[in-house]
Amino acid sequence: MTEFRISRRQMLALGASATAGAVASVAAPGAGANADSRPREAVGLLPTSNVSLEINGRAVVLQVDNRTTLLDALREQLRLTGTKKGCDQGQCGACTVLLDGRRINACLTLAVMHEGASITTIEGLGTPDQLHPLQAAFVKHDGFQCGYCTPGQICSAVGALDEIERGVPSFASTDPAIAPQVTAAEIRERMSGNLCRCGAYPNIVAAIIETSEA
Amino acid sequence: MRSLIDLPARRASSDNVSPAHDSAIGHVTGRASYIDDLSEPSGLLHLAIGLSTRASAGLASLALDAVRRAPGVVEVLTAADIPGHNEVGAVYPGDPLLAEGEVRYAGQALFAVVATSLRAARQAIALASVEYVDRPPSLDPVEAIRQGLTVLPEHVQCRATPAPLDRTGVLADDNGTSEQRHAGPDGNWRQALDAAPHHVEGEQFIGGQEHFYLEGQIALAEPWEDDGLRILTSSQHPSEVQKLVAEVLGLPLHRIVAEVRRMGGGFGGKESQAAALGALAALAAWRTGRAVKFRMPRETDMRFTGKRHPFHNRYRIGFDDDGLIHGAEIELIGDCGHSPDLSEGVVDRAMFHADNAYYLGSARVIGHRAMTHTASNTAFRGFGGPQGMMPIENALDDIARRLGLDPLDVRKRNLYAPGRDETHYGQRIEQHLIQSLVEQLERDSDYRTRRERIRQYNAASPVVKRGLALTPVKFGISFTAAHLNQAGALVRIYTDGSVLANHGGTEMGQGLHTKVCQVVARELGLPLELVRISATRTDKVPNTSPTAASSGADLNAMAAREAALTLRSRLYAFAAKRHALAPDSLALADGELRATTLEGESFRLDWAALVQQAYMARVALFAEGHYSTPKIGYDKRAARGRPFYYFAYGAAVSEVEIDSLSGEYRVVRADILHDVGESLNPAIDLGQVEGGYIQGLGWLTSEELKWNAEGQLTTVNPSTYKIPAFDDAPIDFRVALLEGHPNSEATIYRSKAVGEPPFMLAISAWAALRDAISSIGGYRLNPRLDTPATPERVLFACQAMRESDPAKTSRVAVQAQP
Ligand code: FES
Ligand code: FES
Repeated sequence: MTEFRISRRQMLALGASATAGAVASVAAPGAGANADSRPREAVGLLPTSNVSLEINGRAVVLQVDNRTTLLDALREQLRLTGTKKGCDQGQCGACTVLLDGRRINACLTLAVMHEGASITTIEGLGTPDQLHPLQAAFVKHDGFQCGYCTPGQICSAVGALDEIERGVPSFASTDPAIAPQVTAAEIRERMSGNLCRCGAYPNIVAAIIETSEA
Repeated sequence: MRSLIDLPARRASSDNVSPAHDSAIGHVTGRASYIDDLSEPSGLLHLAIGLSTRASAGLASLALDAVRRAPGVVEVLTAADIPGHNEVGAVYPGDPLLAEGEVRYAGQALFAVVATSLRAARQAIALASVEYVDRPPSLDPVEAIRQGLTVLPEHVQCRATPAPLDRTGVLADDNGTSEQRHAGPDGNWRQALDAAPHHVEGEQFIGGQEHFYLEGQIALAEPWEDDGLRILTSSQHPSEVQKLVAEVLGLPLHRIVAEVRRMGGGFGGKESQAAALGALAALAAWRTGRAVKFRMPRETDMRFTGKRHPFHNRYRIGFDDDGLIHGAEIELIGDCGHSPDLSEGVVDRAMFHADNAYYLGSARVIGHRAMTHTASNTAFRGFGGPQGMMPIENALDDIARRLGLDPLDVRKRNLYAPGRDETHYGQRIEQHLIQSLVEQLERDSDYRTRRERIRQYNAASPVVKRGLALTPVKFGISFTAAHLNQAGALVRIYTDGSVLANHGGTEMGQGLHTKVCQVVARELGLPLELVRISATRTDKVPNTSPTAASSGADLNAMAAREAALTLRSRLYAFAAKRHALAPDSLALADGELRATTLEGESFRLDWAALVQQAYMARVALFAEGHYSTPKIGYDKRAARGRPFYYFAYGAAVSEVEIDSLSGEYRVVRADILHDVGESLNPAIDLGQVEGGYIQGLGWLTSEELKWNAEGQLTTVNPSTYKIPAFDDAPIDFRVALLEGHPNSEATIYRSKAVGEPPFMLAISAWAALRDAISSIGGYRLNPRLDTPATPERVLFACQAMRESDPAKTSRVAVQAQP
């Protein structure tokens, strides 16, 4: 049954025990107040680690089952649920967060791999009273419909604009010798890892370009 | 890059033109919660399901002891544990919640595991051992029809007296049922078709589509108020979740509450299919007395739930030298999967749209519902309409190339027009918009100049070819199941003047709540901020219809308006009496009551003060509203009637560029003109039009579902199933709403439904691909291009075009186009 295939992540801990369950015991910031509300299995046999992270500007120490993805650590343990899970395998971009300023699919990386890293999620970018310019531009341009891809789109856009600023070329960059510009073609290419099933793409591109011009 | 044509910039919310989505700030800050984001009830359990790997088999044994013993497992559920009915079919039975005795598709749920963690539940699944007794599966819908394997009987629509078909055995009907004997004004349909000077005929395969709502299906059930259950469900149809949960548990409906705040996309995939999740979570919660959450990995979601129906279509069209259609015979075979689900309506709607926007003359349309051993196919934006339109669009291009005419001229010639205005099922077209809409788009998109430029380009370009096509859309609005065309709403005014509304519709990104808030605010003369809509819940507004058929705003905004009007007249009556006001002078506007006293002096009263006075005077400050769509009705036996309240129109011009040696292509430009009547919210409507086109483009080009020979779906993740990404949207995208044409029917502020109709605008991109491919044969041959028209299919079509010798295969000698 393909349904039962063991994933690469699950492989990491095989041989230990079939018992599972992310373990949380943290001083979590903000939304993490009820971080540990869900029942956890006894953890004696599970390889766990402590990992120190800076999340949205606050220091956090998480105890995690080593197999826990960064996405699950954020969502399940810290209750930072702005970051979404669309596919859990690096194909949709809904889980995009900024890791030391660069965008990453949080479902494709393990929390334990990022000791000392600084992570920004959608919750850390801006608040309703103080929107990040990209957040405001998404509102202005209707850069969403159902909103499920939106946090990932916005985090990804922050990363993409920063890449252009740093002169990182993309497939759409015509001449590697010339610093890339914020063009629609560049944005479409750089955002290609973020799917939007509602098809809000034109509005998202408009929002990103306008932000870069501001 | 897209040009923002008349996009009303986001304005202050109080001007009520295009207020932003009511969850806009929540979405961009990550604060808008979906079910999986909500803080979890204490003691929450997690559910996972074991799936059948066989498409068709007897279930010899299901050994679950090892599953029960697995760490963390609290409960293992099979069909035997269901206290009520083991059935979650939406309309007809045929969808067991858990398999019983047999399996009917690979991906069917066999059992459920409830455990203390999600990982424990999912891992325990692997410990089951299942013994199957394999049966030969039905996997080919055409063969299924030949063998009489259907989920429901066929349906025939005919404009004239039909003779029995002799082409295939299954179509023959010597007895002539009553609907087939219906004699229309055009005499014998077959004679008219046969007598036409020319004919084209063909076959096509139109692929299905996975919904790929970015938020997977989910349900969370918990014990509620002593003896009931509350189910948070990502469902477009909470009333159905409530009803099916009640039936599965053998409980009365009033003990079950289903609630939906928002979905991360639905597209029809969460209409009937959400019920199984709700029922499984509810069953587990009922058995354990604890809250249970059920969310599937994407792969399971794709195997377990149904998709858009693939269709096999055949057509034979008779036409004259000008390309005018005299008669049509169209046969549609919908691949329904293993059970009826919503396939009655889906195939009916395909039939209702076999004409798209064209007068077919003498016509017979037959729709079959094939049973295959796959997940039961279901609602998906357009609900069969898109698949039904494909044969006639295919045929019109065929006709144009046969006659050496521009396909646009042939299309225009056949559009419904006064005098040629009755559909093949007897509904008269009353609002003749499509002719002028197409002409306006033809001008705005510069069609003729670009056509000429593309011809020249193609003549000089041996490998890269360009294609252009304009296709119209006429889409019928109303549920074809008449009873669903009703809605209820509840509006309350609290003593501080804030207003809370609820209605039966669900929010999945389409902006329905925003539009309903706008309507209530407008009727009560309030700034939008004072009106709020909270979660859709079956204990607030009961017996609701699914949010589907594009009808969400048409129905629910009307119901909310009714409620608001009731409240308004109560407030008017109260104020007139209390303050001695002239009854005709009262108006609520800008957050206050304005009137003239009986003495003729002007009078103003702040909204909140008015509300408080009314409350103190014991005026009821809540009201319900109900709406049912007038005028509609379809007699299925006679296959005639008026199934639709009105039609929504649109047209698109797509331009594509293909590499004829690799099959790769791009949509370089798309121009759209779309009719939403008097738009309720132009910005939201534009988003629907753009998103619909892009999703339709995915359906017709890149989204390929593949099953292996055993009937197992092999495209179960976004890694193998390709929905459109940023770069797949048209590079140059020009979208406009048709202005100055309010709905001719009395819909909410004369607006029109917008959810589904734009989806079919993407047919223009597919027609443009065929146009580009046919340029290889000098526009004389008609390539067969099944869908999705993946680069492989485009490449093969290009090769076929090159290999065929136009002189030999061209069936009519026509002048090669310049
Ligand atoms: S959830 Fe991480 S990429 Fe889809
Ligand atoms: S807004 Fe729905 S997936 Fe992007």
